[in-house]
Amino acid sequence: MKFGVVVFPGTWSDRDCGWVVDQVLGQELVYLWHKDADLKGCDCVILPGGFAYGDYLRTGAIARFAPVMDRVGDFADRGGLVWGICNGFQVLCEAGLLPGALIRNASLEFRCEWTHLSVERTDIAFTSRCDEGEILRIPISHGEGSYFADPATLSRLEQRGQVVFRYCDEQGRTVPSANPNGSLHNIAGIVNARGNVLGMMPHPERCAEAELGGVDGLKLFRSVAEGALKVLVS
Amino acid sequence: MDERRLREVALTSDEYRVIVEQLKRAPNEVELGMLGVLWSEHCSYKSSKALLRRLPSTGPGVVQGPGENAGAVEIGQGWSAVFKIESHNHPSAIEPYQGAATGVGGIIRDVIAMGARPIALLDSLRFGPLPESSRHFDGVVAGIGGYGNCIGIPTVAGEVYFEDCYANNPLVNAMCVGLVRTDELMRARAEGKGNSLMLVGADTGRDGIHGASFASLELDENSAERRPAVQVGNPFLEKCLLEACMDLAHTDAVVAIQDLGAAGLTSAVAECAGRTAGAGARIDVAMVPRRERGMTPYDVMLSESQERMLVVVRRGREREVESIFQAWDLTSAMIGEVTDDGQLTVLDAGDEVARLPVTLLTDGAPLRRLVGFAPEPAYGLAVEELPPLVDAGATLLKLLNSPNLASRRGIFRRYDHMVGDSTVIAPGGDAAMLRVKGTRLGLAVTTDCNARYCHLDPHLGAQLAVAEAARNIIATGARPLAVTDCLNFANPDRPEVYWELEEAVQGLAYACRSLELPVVSGNVSLYNDSNGASAIWPTPVVGMVGVIEDYGRRLSAGLRTEGDFVLLIGSSHNDLGGSEYVKVEHGQVAGRPPALDLTRERAAHRVVLAAAQSGYLHSAHDCAEGGMLVALAECCLLGGMGVRCPGLRPEPPLRLDAAFFGESPSRFIVTVPSRAMPEVQSLARRHNVELSLLGLAGGEHLEFEGQLKVSLRDLREAWEVMVT
Repeated sequence: MKFGVVVFPGTWSDRDCGWVVDQVLGQELVYLWHKDADLKGCDCVILPGGFAYGDYLRTGAIARFAPVMDRVGDFADRGGLVWGICNGFQVLCEAGLLPGALIRNASLEFRCEWTHLSVERTDIAFTSRCDEGEILRIPISHGEGSYFADPATLSRLEQRGQVVFRYCDEQGRTVPSANPNGSLHNIAGIVNARGNVLGMMPHPERCAEAELGGVDGLKLFRSVAEGALKVLVS
Repeated sequence: MDERRLREVALTSDEYRVIVEQLKRAPNEVELGMLGVLWSEHCSYKSSKALLRRLPSTGPGVVQGPGENAGAVEIGQGWSAVFKIESHNHPSAIEPYQGAATGVGGIIRDVIAMGARPIALLDSLRFGPLPESSRHFDGVVAGIGGYGNCIGIPTVAGEVYFEDCYANNPLVNAMCVGLVRTDELMRARAEGKGNSLMLVGADTGRDGIHGASFASLELDENSAERRPAVQVGNPFLEKCLLEACMDLAHTDAVVAIQDLGAAGLTSAVAECAGRTAGAGARIDVAMVPRRERGMTPYDVMLSESQERMLVVVRRGREREVESIFQAWDLTSAMIGEVTDDGQLTVLDAGDEVARLPVTLLTDGAPLRRLVGFAPEPAYGLAVEELPPLVDAGATLLKLLNSPNLASRRGIFRRYDHMVGDSTVIAPGGDAAMLRVKGTRLGLAVTTDCNARYCHLDPHLGAQLAVAEAARNIIATGARPLAVTDCLNFANPDRPEVYWELEEAVQGLAYACRSLELPVVSGNVSLYNDSNGASAIWPTPVVGMVGVIEDYGRRLSAGLRTEGDFVLLIGSSHNDLGGSEYVKVEHGQVAGRPPALDLTRERAAHRVVLAAAQSGYLHSAHDCAEGGMLVALAECCLLGGMGVRCPGLRPEPPLRLDAAFFGESPSRFIVTVPSRAMPEVQSLARRHNVELSLLGLAGGEHLEFEGQLKVSLRDLREAWEVMVT
């Protein structure tokens, strides 16, 4: 399994994602430079966290025009696995590969803290090793992570079961107090209709080793590494 | 010479006379400006240099002492930690967000210049009380987050205090820690005649002109007009600069990298040349990329535009360097070359506009001989007259709820403290810890200073700051290695302030020598006064790093296992002077700070370290402000577990309030599984360190039988008051 980690100027989770893929998981890793129009034969593209191009305009608004994003779009159309984390999720929304948008946290403040997520889909490559309803503990780190979509889009997402992760409390209840940023319906991560493009605000690459406070993030990386081929074949 | 003009460049007429004498001519306008900024207190340390020599700066692990962009110490397995702390007080008083943001940006570049990758940021902050000082507080916290979060370096530790004396003069001290292979450490020396000088990163604008001079004056009602002297940060650009410099450091095309900070290009070129005997430089300001039209050579030489670096490139390798910066969409420009004439020559499109001896710029400022007088000691506290403790539980809640002791979660959750996948001890406990990837090494980092102690006794207060920083490191199981200091003081022209500075430096020196901790880098910020009236307390902030060979053996403060023995290491005395308890409960800032015996301090360190290394301890926490009971409450809160203790029966003359809330130094709270008790007891005996059993971990309450019983929920409610 070959992971490609995209590097925009201003990206900073590239090395963390690379570390997990390469050092923790022992999978093949290639960094994809934003100016490259080549995905170097990778099986899963990760759009990592950061402030691509400084995000001075609107998160992800410039990054979607990077040459590498044309290839990522083609790759997604062909069913390739695309995984946007934090800033990567914002880029995917701007690029139209996922519906909706990420707006400023309801607190109007940056938040870096642990959150609990309930897993609502396990039939996709990214969560194949999770159980439905399982509660994962994964940290967030963003100032603009409040998921927003118009009512029609939101109800379509819900009807088609495209919500993969929802912020919840330790017992798995998706209550307002467990929502760290004001996301509609406590949404922390969504997938496209085909199931091959995932966007999520929390950072699984920050909890793939016990010494960092938890290993739930590793489950997602393992899911991709082991489950990807199955999905591609079907 | 026109007095007004001299005041503009912050030179005295005596200094001007020295300049004319040395040059054997009058300096021109450009030269005067260049000398003005480099001879400012901020750049020349003319009031503090003589004192700073008293600080120990050598030791077996020191790879780089003071004088470079940052200091460095060996941490093992071929790695060195590079670190420095720096103030950005004046800019933050005027423009809190940008002042703090560019303070962070500046200290990061100091670490980059050493060829090291920055892995952690810390911030030591002081404000006036809230809500009056919320403009400063909110702006600074947002600015630190705005820069650090965007550039992707975790902000892992620091401190925040609120006291009246900082209402007009908030303190913002930023520390950055980086890692480098010891044999790849770079030094910013302009070596090799004919080598090229390249300016990289941001274009040069008119921002920040006279920033260094501004930082060397007291604030007054006209200070707001100095807003143009505050720079604006661009963390995105610095992120690109960081990555490009890391790529650069791996080539042999560069001789040196130098940060452009205070006094901009003038300082960068002069310092770089000044570090190599006999070296000089010739630059042409016409080659400097600019962001606005009509800039004069004066503007270019004095601009403090952020996110710029000077690179000394081996002759003939310029294209290589240029292409590295191009890959990151950064401009780089050849602006001159290294010479061997000892002169800094500035051209404007070929015409000479300034020519000054490098040593005159860097070392020429006459040292100021200031006089210190001890003020009347007016801070008596009659401990025996304090009324006895009425309700220990209520007092505890009041203390936990007070601004200086309440949880800082509301602040540090606004900082990304996890990026880099290295933070193995997160903020909120004693020191934070970063692992060194690819090894088992853990790097513990902290900042500390109780300025109230320093106010009451600067000599003792400075020692206590060093001791507490060391305890923070020890409490994680790491061994303290070295110090960086940021000396924040008021106007040293006032004898009582200079006395404070002298005393504090002596105290730092004494404690650092006793604990064998070299001071490898630092910064001095003077003139933290407003209108000559309100002066800050002496605030010598100590930044410290330490190392643990295997971070798997690290300790944190929170209680971990039910049934563990909760022990107090070290002895308690009637140390209520300058305590949080006396301030919060009795409304007084008075008394003599706790006495410190550095031999006992070391002994306590040895016991905790030895016990930690042998795996006997489950947790460790330093006893600091608020004393034993506040420390114990923090252990409960951080671990989510209560503790049950028999009533405390202090032996006279120890008072009950002092036993609970006194701030005797050299103490830790540790937890030990029962099976390891004999070993820990014998360790303590061997080092002649007092050890007392407080109680057993477990349950939902913090309880001393018959004296107090407070639920974890009540503790949390009081403590997390700042979390909005």
